Amino acid sequence: MSVIIVLITVSLVVAAGFLISFLWAVKSGQYEDDYTPSVRILFDNDILENKDPEKK
Amino acid sequence: MPEVKQQLLCYHCGELCTDESIIVDEKYFCCLGCKLVYEILEENNLCTYYDFNKTPGVQQRNLTGNRFSFLDEIPIKQQLINFQSKNEVQVLFKIPSMHCSSCIWLLENFKRIDSGIISSQVNFLKKELLIVFDESKTSLRKIVEQLAQTGYEPSLYLDSINKTEKKKVSRDRVIRIGIAGFSFGNIMLLSFPEYFSSGRIADPGLKQFFSYLILLLSLPVFLYCASEFFIKSFQALKHKASSIDIPIALGIAAIFIRSSYEIISQTGAGYFDSGSGLVFFMLIGRWFQDFTFESLAFDRDYKSYFPIAVTTIKNGLEKEVIVNDLKTNDRILIRNNEIIPVDGLLLKGTANIDYHFVTGESVPVNHQPGETVFAGGRQTGSMIELQVIKEISQSYLTQLWSRNILKKTESNFDKIVKAISKWFIAIVLFIAYVAGAYWWNTDIHKAINALTAVLIIACPCALALSAPFTYGNILRILGKNKIFLRDYHTIEKLADINMIVFDKTGTLTENNSSHINFVGETLTSDEEKIIFSLVRQSSHPLSKLLCKKIFSGSYYPVKEYKEEAGIGVSAVINSMIVKAGSNSFVGNFNESANNKTTKVFITINNYYRGFYEFNNHYRPGIKDLVSKLINKKYKLAVLTGDTENEKNNLNKLFSGKATLCFSQSPQNKLDFINAMQQNKSKVLMMGDGLNDAGALLKSDVGISVAENTNSFTPASDGIIDATQLPCLSNLLLYSKSAVRIIVISFIISIVYNIVGISYAVTGTLSPLIAAILMPISTISLVLFTVIASTIKGRMLKF
Repeated sequence: MSVIIVLITVSLVVAAGFLISFLWAVKSGQYEDDYTPSVRILFDNDILENKDPEKK
Repeated sequence: MPEVKQQLLCYHCGELCTDESIIVDEKYFCCLGCKLVYEILEENNLCTYYDFNKTPGVQQRNLTGNRFSFLDEIPIKQQLINFQSKNEVQVLFKIPSMHCSSCIWLLENFKRIDSGIISSQVNFLKKELLIVFDESKTSLRKIVEQLAQTGYEPSLYLDSINKTEKKKVSRDRVIRIGIAGFSFGNIMLLSFPEYFSSGRIADPGLKQFFSYLILLLSLPVFLYCASEFFIKSFQALKHKASSIDIPIALGIAAIFIRSSYEIISQTGAGYFDSGSGLVFFMLIGRWFQDFTFESLAFDRDYKSYFPIAVTTIKNGLEKEVIVNDLKTNDRILIRNNEIIPVDGLLLKGTANIDYHFVTGESVPVNHQPGETVFAGGRQTGSMIELQVIKEISQSYLTQLWSRNILKKTESNFDKIVKAISKWFIAIVLFIAYVAGAYWWNTDIHKAINALTAVLIIACPCALALSAPFTYGNILRILGKNKIFLRDYHTIEKLADINMIVFDKTGTLTENNSSHINFVGETLTSDEEKIIFSLVRQSSHPLSKLLCKKIFSGSYYPVKEYKEEAGIGVSAVINSMIVKAGSNSFVGNFNESANNKTTKVFITINNYYRGFYEFNNHYRPGIKDLVSKLINKKYKLAVLTGDTENEKNNLNKLFSGKATLCFSQSPQNKLDFINAMQQNKSKVLMMGDGLNDAGALLKSDVGISVAENTNSFTPASDGIIDATQLPCLSNLLLYSKSAVRIIVISFIISIVYNIVGISYAVTGTLSPLIAAILMPISTISLVLFTVIASTIKGRMLKF
C-alpha cells in the first residue's frame, strides 16, 4: 500500500512538468495571437517548391 | 435588340473593369493600381497570393506619390519604431486593410519583395504586422511605400508616435490562474481519501504524507496567486475605503491559517481544497473582467485622425515636419486627399474642403485665397498652401474635443458593491463572533471551529463573479454582432436611458450614398453614356456618386475638359458641348430651382435636359427602429448640421414625435444635450463625426456609428457598425435584462451563504461539506449568469 507514495510522487512530477510547459508557453507569447497560426499552417513551404522545379 | 455587355471583372480586386485597356498575361485589371500590384507579385514569384482566394486585392485607385517622404526624417522615425539594435530595426504597423488568408500570406512573405526585410509576422485579429528589417539594406520609408503599393498601407496617424507601453497584466494573471488551477486539481485529488473515510485514514504515515503534500501544493496559491487580493485589501484599508477584496482576503487568510494549524498539529485535514478552489475561481472572474476588446481602442481623440507629418515650406525648401511641431505663421502644403491638421489661412490654390467629419455637411466647401480653412477637413482637389494660424492643440477642433467634460461618475453597480461589501464584512464578523461566543463555554475547540468556519464559508462570490461573467458575456456576444461597448459601466448606463438623440448625416443616412433621381425628360442611353464620360473625369464627390449611378461599360473620348471646383464640369464630347453642375454654371435654365436638395444640372449642346437630384438615403430598418422606440416611450431628437431641407422627410420618419434641430454646430449639439440633462433626462447620443465628439462625451452614453469599424471614429462609450443600427431597441432591452440577471445571481449567492453558515455555526463544517458547497455555489452562479445572458441574447436575435 505504501507504493502509493511513489506513484503519487511520480504523477505529481509529471503534472508539474506540464505546468512548467504551460508557463513557458504563456511567457513566450504563444497565446497572444490564437488565430493567425491556424492560417499560417496552410501555407506551402515555398523553399521546397523552389528546389523542386527540376523534378516536376 | 439590347446589347448584352460582357462583365469584365478585375483579376486582382474583383471590381468591374470599365474597359479592356488594361491587360497583362491575358488578365484584365480595372485600373493601373491593380495592374501594378499584379506585376510586383509576378516579378517576385508571389502569384500564390491569388491561389488562396479568387480576387483577394482591394481596388488601388490612389497611387502613392511622395506621401511618405516624412518617414526619412530621423525624429519621426525614432518615434515610430519599437526598438533598434545594431542594424536591425523592429517596427509594428497597423494595417487595417488585411482581410483574408492571402493578405496574411503576402505580408509574411514580404521579404521577397524587399530583401532588406528579415522577418515579418502578422497578428490577424489585431491587424498588426511586426517587421524586423536591416537598416543598411532598406529604409522605413521604402517599406511603407511598398506596403502601400501592394494595397496594405499602414495607418500612420498622430497617435502612432509616443505609444504607451501595453500592459502585460493579463499574461501575469494567466500564469497565476494556471498555477492555482494546477494546485486546486491536485489538492482535491489528494483529499479524496479524506472525504471517503471521514477523516479516519488507517495508515498514519499515509495520512501525514497526503496532508503535507497538500500543504506544499497550497503554498504557491496562497503566497503568490492570492497576493493581489491581500495587496488590494491593505490599500483599501489604508484609505479607510471599502472594497470587495476585503471579505475575500479575510476568507482566504482564515482558510490558510486554520488549515496550516490543523495539518501541522495533525488535528485535522484543513480546507485547502476549498481554499485553492476559491482563489482559482476568483482569479478567473478577474481575468474575465479584464478581457476587454483589444482590437478597438475607445480613447480616441484627434490624434487618431490626424496625419503624423505635413510638408512645410521654409525659405523656398520643402521639409517634412511632425504636426505637433508646427508653429504659427509656418507655411504648409496640403495635397489632394490629405487632412488639414491646423487652422490656416489659405495662401495659394483653390481649396475644396470636405468637412463632413467636422461639421456633418456632405458637400465640400469651396474656399478662395484669403479665407480661413479649419483643421479636420480633407482637401479634394489640387495642392494648396496654407499659413498656420493656430497650433494643433489650439485649433477650434481640438479645443472642442479636449474640453474638460467630466464623464467619470461611479456606476450604480460599483456603489452597490461597495455598500454590500461593508455590510457583508460586518455581518460575517458578527455571526462569527456570536457563534464563537456561544460555543466558548461548552467547548473551546468547537468555538474556534465555528468562528473560523463562518469566516471560511461566507463567500461574496456573487459580488465578485456575477458582474464580470454577466457583463463580460454580454460584451462578447454584442461584439460578435459588431456592437462594441467600452465596459460594464456602459451596459448599466444603457439600462437607465430615457432619451435618444440622433445625428443625421452618416448616422441615420447612409454615408456617401445618396438616392439619385433624374428630373426631366428621360435620358437616352447614349445621353447617359455622354454624361458618364464627362463626370468620370472629375473627382468631386457628386461626380463620383453620379458615376456609380449611371455606370456604363464604355465611354466616349473627351475633349477640352474643364472643371470649376465645386461649381461644375464641362467638355466637348462627340462634337457637343456637355455641361454638368450648378444652375448658374449651366446657364440658369431652371428659375424655380429651390435650395431644398442638392442638384446637378445637365445641358447637352446648350440644350437644357434636366437635373439629377440627390436625396438623403436613410438606412434600411430605421423606420422600424423608430416605431419600436416610440412604443417603448423613449424621447427622441435629431440634431444635424445640415439645413432644413430634410424637415418633411424626418417628420414622416419619426411620425412627428421627435424634436428636430437643424444647422447645429458642434457647440449647439453639446448645449442641447446639456439642457436635456438639466431636465433630468438620461441621454443616449448616436453620432458619427468629429462634430459630434463633444455631444458624445457629454451625453450619459455616447455611441459612434461606423461604416468601417477599422477606420477612425471619435471617442465614445461604444461603437456600433452602421448595419446594426436597427438593433438599437434590442440593445437597450438587453442591457435592462443584464441588471435583472445579476440580481437573481445575488439571490442564489445569499441562499448558498445561508446554507453554508448554518453548517458553520453548528461547528459541523467538515472539509467535505466545504469542498462540496464552495465549488457548487461558484459554478452554479457562473453557469447561471452565462447561460441566462446567452439565452436572453438569442431571444433578442443577438
